[in-house]
Amino acid sequence: MSTALPNQQGVSVQVRGLRKSFNGHEVLQGLDFEVKPAEVFVIMGPSGSGKSVLLKHIIGLEEPDGGEILIDGQSIQSADVMSQYRLAMVFQSGALLNSLTVGENVGLYLTEHRLKPPDEIARIVAEKLEVVGLKGTEDKMPSELSGGMKKRAAIARALVIEPQLILYDEPTSELDPLSAVTIAEEIVHLHDRIQVTSLVVSHDRDLAFGVADRIAVLDEGRILTIGSPEEVKRHKDPKVQHFLNAHFERGHGPASKPER
Amino acid sequence: MFQNIGEMVILLWRTLLAMPVAWRQRQKVFEQFFEIGNASLLMVCILSFFIGGVIALQTGPVLVENGLSSAVGGVVGISICKELAPVMMSILIAGRIGSAMAAEIGSMRVYQEIDALRTMNISPIHYLVLPRVLAITVALPLLVIFAILVAWLGGGFVSMANNRIDIPFATFFTQLRRVVELKDVVNGVFKGFIFAWVIGVVSCHQGLITLGGPRGIGRSVTKAVVNSIVLIVILDYILTRVLLK
Repeated sequence: MSTALPNQQGVSVQVRGLRKSFNGHEVLQGLDFEVKPAEVFVIMGPSGSGKSVLLKHIIGLEEPDGGEILIDGQSIQSADVMSQYRLAMVFQSGALLNSLTVGENVGLYLTEHRLKPPDEIARIVAEKLEVVGLKGTEDKMPSELSGGMKKRAAIARALVIEPQLILYDEPTSELDPLSAVTIAEEIVHLHDRIQVTSLVVSHDRDLAFGVADRIAVLDEGRILTIGSPEEVKRHKDPKVQHFLNAHFERGHGPASKPER
Repeated sequence: MFQNIGEMVILLWRTLLAMPVAWRQRQKVFEQFFEIGNASLLMVCILSFFIGGVIALQTGPVLVENGLSSAVGGVVGISICKELAPVMMSILIAGRIGSAMAAEIGSMRVYQEIDALRTMNISPIHYLVLPRVLAITVALPLLVIFAILVAWLGGGFVSMANNRIDIPFATFFTQLRRVVELKDVVNGVFKGFIFAWVIGVVSCHQGLITLGGPRGIGRSVTKAVVNSIVLIVILDYILTRVLLK
């Protein structure tokens, strides 16, 4: 989020004792974990487990009630830390500005911070849109795009920042399986290309096991387990197993239930 | 309520602090200015003409019957420029433009567009609030001047056409010029300037604190309009007291 755009590798993220309550309900109950530089770290968990709230804390959109978040060892609450690093977030809805064209959305960061001349911005926007498979959509309005295209446009907007840390909030929700695979490929491709630290929150098991270097499973504001995809699959916690193996068979109800 | 007032004062202060970067937002200011003018000019014209006419209709016959026909132009002229034009236009703009500001910013808040701006280190005050407040601050005083002129025409026309008043058009304006001074018009325009800030800040604030879905946006729009009108009426009294001295 700084004004210069040098190429740098991903940053580390440390979350220590993070707590947050809304109206007396504790959404985050003292989270502790670390994301290593250039790692693809996936946080899984059922809806309402606090995943999106956690992302909003990391990007600085929410203030924690307790605990701290460190980026490359510096607290994000310290002055200027957030402007030292280039962080980007891909929102669940895409969060494209509906009053701007796709091209204006993607180039917004460069335009507003006056980092490049207009023709250079147009070139960068076209390049980033091509990277996410949306070549030639610069003049379309967000309302003309499908759900998957909006998310890819949002990824293109994040790419323009040349981020050191990119946060994805439910990147495959509301998408058909083919679009979900395209988004997963984008996440991996980006990571391989610019070595960005990627933090993905999702309840999509296929996405998580497909892209993650490590996975954390979150439930009711607590982390149940952290490990490689294989370690998480083997974890004995009944809640983890229930979340990972839940499926529906007609006439049988949910095939897996946690032991209480 | 006090929290809202405090937040609005802070928003006003931050908007004032953002003024040095206003030139960078000139494109958005022009867009908003055009939007306000385009949306309001016809309504302002119709409303002002009939306000002028109705004031002439209400006061004219009474003044004429009491032998004060020479005061019709002055009474209509001064009441329009010092009071009716700025207040009625501000209420109209609060309903037409304030509601649109609250709805647009509120919808951006609900659909996380404002969060997206913040993650790109783009200040919503610079990007959204400043252009709207600046545009309405320029547009509303201009609309007030336009409204004063059209309302005078309406008053003059009714004074000429109504049998119970029956004052020639030119005589109406001669009477008006004897009473109304430039400072009276400036007085009304100054009120429009202050009310513009009220509408801009109240509407943008309501948009920025919108919560929930479409129902939340609807609530914000209603609050923006109602709060703006209440503040306009209260401030009108205070300003009138101050400006009368």
